[in-house]
Amino acid sequence: MTMVLNEEQQMLKDSAVGFLAEHAPVAELRKHRDAGSETGYSDTLWSQMVNMGWAAILIPEEYGGLAFGHVGMGQISEQSGRTLTASPLLSTAVLGVTAISLAGNDTQKTELLGAIASGDLTTALAVDEKIHHAPAQTAMPAEKTEHGYTLNGEKCAVLDGSTAGKLIVATRTAGKPGEMKGISLFLVDSDAEGVTVERTEMVDSRNSAIITFNNVQVTNDALLGEENQGFRPLSATLDAGNAHLAAELLGIAQESFDRTLQYLKERKQFGALIGSFQGLQHRAAHWWSEVELCKSVVLKTLQSLDDGDVKSPALASIAKAKLCDVAELSTNEAIQMHGGIGMTDECEIGFFIKHARPVQMLYGDYNYHADRYALLCGY
Amino acid sequence: MSDLQVFRQETREWLEENCPQSMRSPVNTADQACWGGRNFDFESEDQKLWMERMGAKGWTAPDWPTEYGGGGLDRAENKVLKEEIARIRARSPLDSFGIWMIGPALLKFGSEELKQQHLPPIVRGEIRWCQGYSEPNAGSDLAGLQSKAVDLGDHFIANGQKVWTDQCDKADWMFCLLRTDPEAKKQMGISLVLFDMETPGVTPKPIKLISGSSPFCETFLDDVRVEKDQIVGEVNQGWTIAKYLLTHEREMIGGFGLTGAGSKTLGMIAADTVGTQDGRLNDLFMRTDIARWEIDAASFALTAERVSDEVKSGQGVGATSAMLKYYGTELNKRRFEQLMKINGSNAMIWDGEVSNGGWAARAWLRTKGNSIEGGTSEVQLNIIAKNIFGLG
Repeated sequence: MTMVLNEEQQMLKDSAVGFLAEHAPVAELRKHRDAGSETGYSDTLWSQMVNMGWAAILIPEEYGGLAFGHVGMGQISEQSGRTLTASPLLSTAVLGVTAISLAGNDTQKTELLGAIASGDLTTALAVDEKIHHAPAQTAMPAEKTEHGYTLNGEKCAVLDGSTAGKLIVATRTAGKPGEMKGISLFLVDSDAEGVTVERTEMVDSRNSAIITFNNVQVTNDALLGEENQGFRPLSATLDAGNAHLAAELLGIAQESFDRTLQYLKERKQFGALIGSFQGLQHRAAHWWSEVELCKSVVLKTLQSLDDGDVKSPALASIAKAKLCDVAELSTNEAIQMHGGIGMTDECEIGFFIKHARPVQMLYGDYNYHADRYALLCGY
Repeated sequence: MSDLQVFRQETREWLEENCPQSMRSPVNTADQACWGGRNFDFESEDQKLWMERMGAKGWTAPDWPTEYGGGGLDRAENKVLKEEIARIRARSPLDSFGIWMIGPALLKFGSEELKQQHLPPIVRGEIRWCQGYSEPNAGSDLAGLQSKAVDLGDHFIANGQKVWTDQCDKADWMFCLLRTDPEAKKQMGISLVLFDMETPGVTPKPIKLISGSSPFCETFLDDVRVEKDQIVGEVNQGWTIAKYLLTHEREMIGGFGLTGAGSKTLGMIAADTVGTQDGRLNDLFMRTDIARWEIDAASFALTAERVSDEVKSGQGVGATSAMLKYYGTELNKRRFEQLMKINGSNAMIWDGEVSNGGWAARAWLRTKGNSIEGGTSEVQLNIIAKNIFGLG
């Protein structure tokens, strides 16, 4: 596949640029933060996104979706990074849809994907149990009972965990932590008995939660995919998630760069624009070069997901690792080159670093993905 | 069968018939490359035969027009040819600054007479070219060059000193930037001229590098006669062509950051030298550095692919060659630093069998020049800041 957007993908990108700039600029995020918003995002905004079909982009056509693919969705993820738009797009329209599409039975797909497309359902992926991402280390038990399973344990860093209608929970039904076999996925209503959701206030004012499961009873119908075989769909879901997080980081990196370059052309010191100083020019040029590399790796990863390429896992890890690295560079350089003004809450540039770090951390940071990539390459 | 399939079939048969068996393996050292020219010392009869056959077919310059000896292939056919050559793992029949540099410049800027005179011998590998750009006091500030050519009516007389001329002790002709108007503003008074290295007054002297080899020379010009019809483009308008050639050169050198698809990855080489446990290298610090390099290298290779696709689809910004040159050469330097660590004390050996003639150390030292030649990394960053960002 050639590494350029086709006409439809370009149109979707253009419409995302226009819509998000108008309805969800950084100022909206500030408003939510200052108002102490319960949900962390705007329901109205999410309804508008649903009406535009964004929740259905990755849903297969036979389940009422648009089947528009990851490259298309990735354009929205990237723009959401540029505008720092908070919405359940990743947790529901990427992670929820991917997990259900990959692992769900026909009934689950028909019901749940339809509800997601219509905006009636949002989901959250509950996978991590410790402060560092390690899906194979899943330990939380789901014990078989007469009519189903009993879940006990705690999940942390659950994106949109406090607002989602249904949780997709990774549990251990066999084997030991560290083993890929023996992991099972369950669909659990967030208001089920024994489920306690504690919203954690995050550095980026987004939605995350610690969720406790205390003797939560679920029926056999709640099993998503085959018992003990949950790692494969979970891993593929996380690959898709990381590809879109990388796209979001790409948006953050580009916007940080563009705003900083603008500032270099406005700010004067020593009687000259600071952009005329070679010390800053070279740093900016290096930074821009890194962002150019990011564009390529994100696009290729999204394309590989659409192609069902066997290299998707390796590419997802390359993309996330590279984007973690460059997002860190970008947001740090952005603040440094903005100088004192970059340290003020009034200047929007600070919002980018605050969102970049949780996005980097989610589902594996640079270290996790560099390690995973090296393992996949045999070293 | 489509035309392209027929072409593939014919190409395959022709290569099968005409590529000597000994030319169907990659070159191991730089010495094995074929450069052609009047005085080239062919490694074997096969090497000569392979160059001559490909040259006669025009496939040493497959996309050049047939009237100048080229292959006249369109993009799709050229791709098929490359694939078929790769299929039998055939070596490049001819490495040539004529094909890479001065040929494209002549096609774009040269007179019909110059094209007729110079392009066919380039394609056939008969004439080897070298580049006379830098001078002792004009490196990064190339437009500050001082070697001059004075107009004596029916010809020019050139005097001065060029440096970093590639292999010019072995080259037959030089394309050279000379100042033809000392009064004009510095970029405005430069011409691109061509002359035979056997012209009286041309004296090449090899320069030994830190890597031990001498791929470059300094070349002294003492009252060298340059014919008037050997000026490319207009007199005093050589800087435009020079910039075009520099862009070309940047793209070529930037390609050093791309490692061949078949070559072993750093991770695989390290697995052989330090061993692994549970799938991880035994040296975890080495592993971290290698992974970072591999991630950057993969991202860079995809960027070269993307930029090429964008240019083909008409979306290219065209100013990315500076970025590719900067990043590619820095990446290549990092690669060789890693290779030195991976190969440990063996990498420190300068000569002898155990180190394959000191290959690692010599190649590593040679890479230090990658971010200097063809415009330093700092110059590339200047170009990005000026041309892409519009920073003064």
